[in-house]
Amino acid sequence: MSDLLIARSLFGTTMGFHIIFATIGVGLPLMMLTAELLYQKTKDQDYVIMAKRWTKAFAVLLGVGIPTGTIAGTQLSLLWPGFMEVIGKVMALPFQIEIYAFFIEALFMSIYVYAAERIPPWMRISSLVFVALGAFASAVLITNVHAFEGTPQGFRIVDGEIVDVDPWAAFFNPSFFVTAGHVALSAYTTGAFVVASVAAFKMLRTPFGTRVYNFHKKALMLSLIIGGVFSFLTALNGHESAQYLHEYQPEKLAAAEGLFETQSYAPLAIGGFTDRETQEVKWGIEIPWALSFLAGNSFDTVVVGLNDFPEEEWPPLFVHTLFNAMVGIGSLLILLSLVAFVWNKFLKKDRFPRFFMWAFVASGPLAVLGIEFGWIFACTGRQPWTIYRVLSTADSVTTAENLGILFILFALIYAVLGVAVVFVMLYYFKKNTVIDDINRAEQKNVPLYGSNT
Amino acid sequence: MAEELLAITVLWGFVFIYAVMATMDFGAGFWSMIYLNRPKIKATNVANQYLSPTWEVTNTFIVAIVVAVYSLFPAAAYTLGTVLLIPGSLILLLLAIRSAFLVFSNIAEEYRKPLTYVSGISGILIPGLLISVLPITHGNFVDFADGRQSLDLARLFTSPNEYAFIGFAISSTLFLSSLLLADYSKASEEMEAYSVYRRDAIILGPISIAMAILIMFTLKKEALWIYEKMLEDLPVLLFSLGLFLLGGLALFLPSVNKKGVKGIPRLAVVAVTLQYLAASYVYGKAHLPYIVYPEVTIASAFTDPSSFRAIFATYIAGFLILFPGFIYFWSLFMNDKRYLRQKQTKEPT
Repeated sequence: MSDLLIARSLFGTTMGFHIIFATIGVGLPLMMLTAELLYQKTKDQDYVIMAKRWTKAFAVLLGVGIPTGTIAGTQLSLLWPGFMEVIGKVMALPFQIEIYAFFIEALFMSIYVYAAERIPPWMRISSLVFVALGAFASAVLITNVHAFEGTPQGFRIVDGEIVDVDPWAAFFNPSFFVTAGHVALSAYTTGAFVVASVAAFKMLRTPFGTRVYNFHKKALMLSLIIGGVFSFLTALNGHESAQYLHEYQPEKLAAAEGLFETQSYAPLAIGGFTDRETQEVKWGIEIPWALSFLAGNSFDTVVVGLNDFPEEEWPPLFVHTLFNAMVGIGSLLILLSLVAFVWNKFLKKDRFPRFFMWAFVASGPLAVLGIEFGWIFACTGRQPWTIYRVLSTADSVTTAENLGILFILFALIYAVLGVAVVFVMLYYFKKNTVIDDINRAEQKNVPLYGSNT
Repeated sequence: MAEELLAITVLWGFVFIYAVMATMDFGAGFWSMIYLNRPKIKATNVANQYLSPTWEVTNTFIVAIVVAVYSLFPAAAYTLGTVLLIPGSLILLLLAIRSAFLVFSNIAEEYRKPLTYVSGISGILIPGLLISVLPITHGNFVDFADGRQSLDLARLFTSPNEYAFIGFAISSTLFLSSLLLADYSKASEEMEAYSVYRRDAIILGPISIAMAILIMFTLKKEALWIYEKMLEDLPVLLFSLGLFLLGGLALFLPSVNKKGVKGIPRLAVVAVTLQYLAASYVYGKAHLPYIVYPEVTIASAFTDPSSFRAIFATYIAGFLILFPGFIYFWSLFMNDKRYLRQKQTKEPT
C-alpha cells in the first residue's frame, strides 16, 4: 500500500469508528429530552426512567465518542497537514465555534448527570436542552467543513497563494445547510431506531403485558414516531442533496448513479454494479427518465455523465453501490415506521407480529450502517480531491512515511474500545434492570440518576 | 505584529489553562488508583468526585488548543502536524484508553480495580509525552531539509533535556493535583484524605522544583538561545520561586477555620498556580518569536488577517456565552457543600 492509501485508510477507520458514537451521541439526547418532557407532561414515571437509562448509555458512549473525536480532530493535522493549512486559513470558523458547542455539551452533561438530584426540574430540562443543542451544533459545524470541501468558496488562489479570504463566505458555502441538515436529521433517525432496536429486542424477551413489557413498548412507540418523522425528513433533504450534487459536483452524482454519457431523459439505475469497461451498470434496475427528473425536477434535464471528465478525476465507481445501500436503508426505515403506525393506530392491534419485531430489532444496526455508507460515499465520492478542484488528496497528505504501524495501532485500540464498550453496556444494564430503576423511582429519597449497583 | 502577538497570547492562555486542568485531571486519576486499596481514607473517593464531572470539560481544552493552532497559525500547524505524527499519535492512543477506561471504571463496579489501573497508568504517561512538544519546538530534533520536515526520534529520546521535561511534567502533575485534592478534601471535610494529599504535596513540591532547575541546566547545553532569553527575566523567575515557597509555607500554617489542623491548602493552590503562571510567562516570552525554532515564527505562520478577526470575534462571543456556564458549573461541583460532603461510598458516575 502507498503511504497515501494508508493515511486514507487510517483516517477513514478513525472516522468510521467515531461516527457511530458521534451519530448516536447527537440522536440520543433528543430522545432523552423527549422522554423528560413527556414525564413533565404525563407524570408517568416510565419516561423519567427511560431518560435515566438512555443517559447512562449516552455517558458510556461519550467515553468513546469524546476521545475518538479528539483523535479525529488532531489526526486531521497529523495526517493531512497540507489540507489543514488551507482550512486553517480559510475555514477555521466552524472548528472554532464547534469548540464552544463542545464546552456547552460537556458542562451541561455533567450538570445533568451529577447534579440531577440537586437542581430543580426546569433546570434539568434546560441542561438537557443545552446538551442536545451542543451535540446538534457540533455535528452541524463539523459537517460544514465537509460541505466546504465539496463546494469551496470565500477565497482565491493566485500563484499558489491563498488571497482574498472571506471566512464568513466560506462558512456559508452553498451546500452548508443542505449537507448539515442531512447529517443532523439522519442522526436523529439513527438515535431513534437504535432505541427502537433495544426496546423491540427486550419486548421479545419479556412476557406480554407485564410492567417491564409495557415500559419497553412505550419506548418502542416513542422511538418509532420520532424515527419515522426524521427518516422521512432525511429523505426529503436527501433529494435536495442530490440536486446540489447535480449542480455543484456533477461527477459525484454521475458516479453515484453509474452514468457515463451526458444526456437528457437520463435513466435512474437502482442496484447493480458499475462496470468501467462496458460503461454500464450491470444487474441493476433502470427506471427511464427518473434520474433527470430527480436531478432537475423535469424529464429533459441534462445530467452530466462521467465521460465529460478526465478519467483520473473520476471518483471510484463503487460509490454507486454505497449510494444505493444508503438510500435503500433510508427507504426501508420510512416503510417500517409507516407500517407500524398503520398497524397500531388504524388497525388498532396491540401486538406486532414477531416478524415485525425482528425488523425493528434490525432497524438500529441498519440505520448505523446507512450512516456509514453515506459517509463513505460522501468522502470517497469527492476523490481525488480533499477540496473540490482546489486541493488534491495527494497534496494534502503528510510527507512522513511508514504509517503502517500507526494504522495497526489505532485499529487495535478501536477494536479494544469497541469490544469494551459493548461489554460495559451489557454489564451495566444487566446489573441495573428496568425493575431496579422502577423500584428506585417509586421510593422517595433514593437517587435515580446517581444510582449504580 | 500586534495581531500575531494577540493570537499567540490567546494560544498561550489555552495552553496554560489546559496544563493546569490536565495536571489536576491526570493527577487525580493517578491518585485515585494509588489509594484504591485503602478505602478507609477516602482519598480515592475525593479524587473521583473531582474527576467525574470535570474530565470532559478538561478534554475539550486540548481540542481547543489543537484548533487554535491550526486556525491562528496554519503554517505552524503544518510543521507541527508533520513532525508530531509519532508522539502525537502516541498521546492520542493513550488518551483514548485513558478516557474510555475512566468512564468504564465508574460504570462497571465489579471491574473497577483493573479498569482504574489501566486508566491511571495511561493517564500519568500522557503529561510526559505532551510536554515533549516543548523541547521539540526548540528545533534541535527537527530536520528541515529541502522543504521537508521530520522529527529525529532517536536524538529526541537520547536528550537529557527531553527527560528533564518529562520528569518535570510528571512531578508537576502529581504535585499540583495533590495540592488541589488536599484543598478539595478539606472542603469536603475528609480529613484523612486531606492529610494524605497534604503529605504527598509536601514530598512532591521540592521534586518538581528540582526538575525545573534540571530543565534550566540541560536547556543551557541544548538550546542556549531560549535559556539566555529566559534569564533576561530572572526577577520574574525568582518571583515564581517565591510563590512556590509561599505555597509550601501555606501547608504548614495553622488553618484559619479549623482548630488543630495544619495548612491553608486554598492559599497553597493559588500561590502555586501563580508560580506556574509566572514561570510559563517567562518561558513563553523567551520562546518568541519562534513557534518552531528557527524556521517557523509567529509572523511567518500567521493566518489570513480577515480570518483572524473573524475568529477573534468568536472568541469574545464564545467567552461571553460560556462564562456563566463555567460559573454555574463551578458553583455546583467545586463550591456546593451538598456535593462536596455527600457521604456515599459509591460515587456517581
